[in-house]
Amino acid sequence: MECSFGLTGKDFVLLAADTSAGRSIIQMKDDENKIKALGPHIAMAYGGEAGDTNNFADFVDRNLRLYQIRNHTPLLPAAASAWIRRSLAESLRSRHPYSVNLMLAGFDITDSTSHLYWIDYLGTKAIVPYAAHGLGQYLALSTMDKWWTEGVDKREGIEILKKCVDEVGKRSTLKFKFNCILIDASGIHHINLDSSDPIAEMEQAGKAAEVINPNPPLDVGITA
Amino acid sequence: MEYNGGSVVAMIGKDCVAIASDLRLGQQSVGVAMNFEKVFPVNDKLYYGLPGLATDVYTLREQLRFRVNMYRMKEEREITPKTFTHLLSSTLYEKRFGPYFLEPVVAGLTTPTELEPKPKPFISTMDTIGCITTPKDFAVAGTAQDKLYGMAEGLWEPDLEPEDLFETISQTLLNAVDRDALSGWGAIVHVITHDKVITRQLRSRMD
Repeated sequence: MECSFGLTGKDFVLLAADTSAGRSIIQMKDDENKIKALGPHIAMAYGGEAGDTNNFADFVDRNLRLYQIRNHTPLLPAAASAWIRRSLAESLRSRHPYSVNLMLAGFDITDSTSHLYWIDYLGTKAIVPYAAHGLGQYLALSTMDKWWTEGVDKREGIEILKKCVDEVGKRSTLKFKFNCILIDASGIHHINLDSSDPIAEMEQAGKAAEVINPNPPLDVGITA
Repeated sequence: MEYNGGSVVAMIGKDCVAIASDLRLGQQSVGVAMNFEKVFPVNDKLYYGLPGLATDVYTLREQLRFRVNMYRMKEEREITPKTFTHLLSSTLYEKRFGPYFLEPVVAGLTTPTELEPKPKPFISTMDTIGCITTPKDFAVAGTAQDKLYGMAEGLWEPDLEPEDLFETISQTLLNAVDRDALSGWGAIVHVITHDKVITRQLRSRMD
């Protein structure tokens, strides 16, 4: 069983995914990172069938990187979501469909808007302010319904996310650890949900909290 | 069909047509989004709705956008509702043995021509593999189909003016989706007339 959350705010997006890896009732790992940065301001949380997940995430990552190398500009969140959705939809009607559910979060630096896309293995795409996959859907969507408001700031956003994580801890028999990132205009940052003030910790850590961009812009003497 | 939920209805009026859908996107009983429109424009006199499996809503919409654009460039004119219905039908039939899980509804007005100086408002609907029906009154599709039939049968009357048609289609949709657990969460209505399209979002019960 897996669980991931996404939440948008005024000038940021949050993404959290559990870190368990295993099969049926056996857990083999409790520190698996299921969030992947796909560019300077875009990341996704993914889950589903064991081998499919990493393979599909790599496939997406490489293709987005190829786009960036060819065009000297990263794919914007809306375009990336359309490409990923189509990949899954085409895969669905193939001989070996990918069984991957994901949540794509991005910050569009061209117009300073945050984006969150809920995508399932069928290629269903929902453009949402907050969302959950897996167990979190049943346990914490109502928590988000209650507390989320238009234009929440970073601290409020993290408080809501913490409420969701607590809800899962309280109502589920499984023990989850969560991995969390925040995307804003300055890039992708790690968030320590156990900290009393994760935002202050993030700001203090500065560069150290930054998730390393897998697709750094290449200096080819041309600016897009 | 019942996986994501959703419903669409279209009605004929006097020199106008209306088409409306709910806004829910679900995953079985869980509601995921309340902004999922199922009705899309082809041009300013032709709209179509695609209730059914949400992944196919996107896939078929992309496919149709491509085909309509190709038609527009090759023919150098806008596609008529009748032609569009056949384009949609053959697109669905291409997938005869592995269909898109959609039941489309088309609604539009035909621009008068020399050959057809007084065209009638047009609606049509089809099944998952493209078998066309062209009703003279209203067309319904989606998870609240049976309830929509009941409401439309009771409320619709011939030659409604745009504002009355808006009221009729709105009440039909809202009261039908309130009796359906998989549809609802808001609605959107388009009334197409010869000189403008009136689009309104409706608020509805959110349970």
